[in-house]
Amino acid sequence: MGIDIKFPIGLMFFILGLFLTFFGLITNGDTALYSRSLGININLWSGGGMLVFGLIMLFLSWRSKKAKTP
Amino acid sequence: MIETGFALSWIDYTIMIVYFVFVLGIGWALKRYMKDANAFLEAGRSMPAWVAGLAFISTNLGALEVMGMAGSGAKYGMLTTHFYWVGAIPAMVFLALFMMPFYYGSKARSVPEYLKLRFDEKTRGLNAILFAVMTILASGISMYALAILMEKVLGWNFHLSLVLSAAIVLGYTYLGGLSSAIYNEVLQFFIIVIGLLPIVILSLQDLGGWDGMKDQLAPIVTAKGYAADTWTTTWKYTGSAAANPLGVEWYGIAAGLGFVLSFGYWCTNFLIVQRAMSAKSSTAARNTPLIGALPKMFIPFLIIVPGIAALVLLNKQGSGFTLPEISPGHYNYDYTIIALLKQYLPAGVLGLGITALLASFMSGMAGNVSAFNTVWTYDIYQSYIRPVTADKASDDKHYLFVGRMATIFGVIVSIAAAYLASLFGNIMDFLQTIFSMINAPLFAVIFLGMFWKRTTGHAAFTGLLAGFTVALLHHGLTVPEGAATLVKGGWICNLHTYPVEMAQNFWTAIIAFSTSAIITVGLSLITKQKKTDEDLKGLVYSLTPKHVETDIPWYERSSTLAILVLAIGTILTILFW
Repeated sequence: MGIDIKFPIGLMFFILGLFLTFFGLITNGDTALYSRSLGININLWSGGGMLVFGLIMLFLSWRSKKAKTP
Repeated sequence: MIETGFALSWIDYTIMIVYFVFVLGIGWALKRYMKDANAFLEAGRSMPAWVAGLAFISTNLGALEVMGMAGSGAKYGMLTTHFYWVGAIPAMVFLALFMMPFYYGSKARSVPEYLKLRFDEKTRGLNAILFAVMTILASGISMYALAILMEKVLGWNFHLSLVLSAAIVLGYTYLGGLSSAIYNEVLQFFIIVIGLLPIVILSLQDLGGWDGMKDQLAPIVTAKGYAADTWTTTWKYTGSAAANPLGVEWYGIAAGLGFVLSFGYWCTNFLIVQRAMSAKSSTAARNTPLIGALPKMFIPFLIIVPGIAALVLLNKQGSGFTLPEISPGHYNYDYTIIALLKQYLPAGVLGLGITALLASFMSGMAGNVSAFNTVWTYDIYQSYIRPVTADKASDDKHYLFVGRMATIFGVIVSIAAAYLASLFGNIMDFLQTIFSMINAPLFAVIFLGMFWKRTTGHAAFTGLLAGFTVALLHHGLTVPEGAATLVKGGWICNLHTYPVEMAQNFWTAIIAFSTSAIITVGLSLITKQKKTDEDLKGLVYSLTPKHVETDIPWYERSSTLAILVLAIGTILTILFW
């Protein structure tokens, strides 16, 4: 009702994705930090995934909006 | 503080804050659409099927469920999927195809209201009051569990956590009502999946994939006295109670869990059904449980599999993985998810994981409060305290006001219930037990009401009471083996001992259902049916025009979705037999 929930969802994951990707980039190579995640920079992967998911949701939301306005 | 405590860094707090800003923001954005009680308490019946569908299962993904199921994964292995496959899918499909037409088509605004339309006022009243009390208790227990967890794991002050979480929930439900609760449940669904996915991937990677985990499970499981693959199969070892750690046979699972407990929960619990009732059309309402069933079937891989991995890690030398012990050798498996978060997640995704848990706690609370609001306003207040008047406009405003006040009232009583929970350690188990004693008879009565027009109000009311009473008696006369407290049963005397608590639960539900069904049928035959066929049109199968699907494209039809859901469920069952 009223709002298209795809938009806030997309926006939130996009923002979280930005934060985590940024953090992942600045801590890249920090073996102490990533020793517990089996040496994988899980922040970068997770952040990247969220960015993509956020963009998909934002795109779907934009598409719905376009379909509504003639 | 237990050994699983951890310290968070700025990135973790940032993630949490972003999440809560959006949660409250959604509530704020919805504020201007809350013009009347219908908008506030029923989401204006305008939710798209995918939103209602995700909210439908998200409501069920409370933190207690998430943490509990992960713990069960460690304790029972893939057998835990019975709660997600046979113990949910048939019920959800049945609800979608055979019950939603009546719930939605009758224009009832709640499950108790359906009871009033179909039966009579006293049946509605009984259900409304029981439900209102139970749902607020459930909300309080969620609140309590959240505050305790935050205290133990993050070192936050218990009272502050309690009040702060209550304030956030109050904030977004007061502003946006049911719509706010539902939209946030959809948000919560995504954050839970994204927040917990890292530990699934990392734990499996650490153990050498699914096969590597299976190999390492074999010695651990055989040491417990079971066949090597018991933790990765679901039906194979249910021929006898001793062959599997759940301690039940296949017919107990099928009848107790697959039928009575699951149908009792999914088909009658207003917290769940409310999400389907908020859908924007009859087709959307039908599709809601089916759309929800699709991700539901895959949630075991998100929650149960890491639990199984945890068991391996616990027994693996040098893994560094531990769980708090209740007594020497007896671990507290409730902390499985927390321990996994600590084991694998560095700062950053750790904050994401904690946010996922916080999100699921709060949405449990918000869901309960939103269900309470509706039942209070329509079924208790509007029925017994201040009925509708001729002035519709002022009525609308009044009931909206009442709905908002009920939100505040509901949150305050939840806080009180949370403190009550802190006094009684076993209150959650107790509540689960009571819920199933109420749900099983309720399902019998509603089922009979929907499919047999002869069912009468007197019979339904008595059936509900009788089912609940007999279930209570059964609980008082039997104990599960090794039960330490009276909350587990046997408080009248011990006539029978069950090998495990789950067996006792199954049988309590089966007996409650059967008693209720027999009494309701019996009394219906000897009491007068006060409703005419005209009254019952749209409420009973035989008096409702059949749903036509030929004008809907095949991919939007409920029958197509239902076949898809059942097909996937069958494939999964075969794969993990």
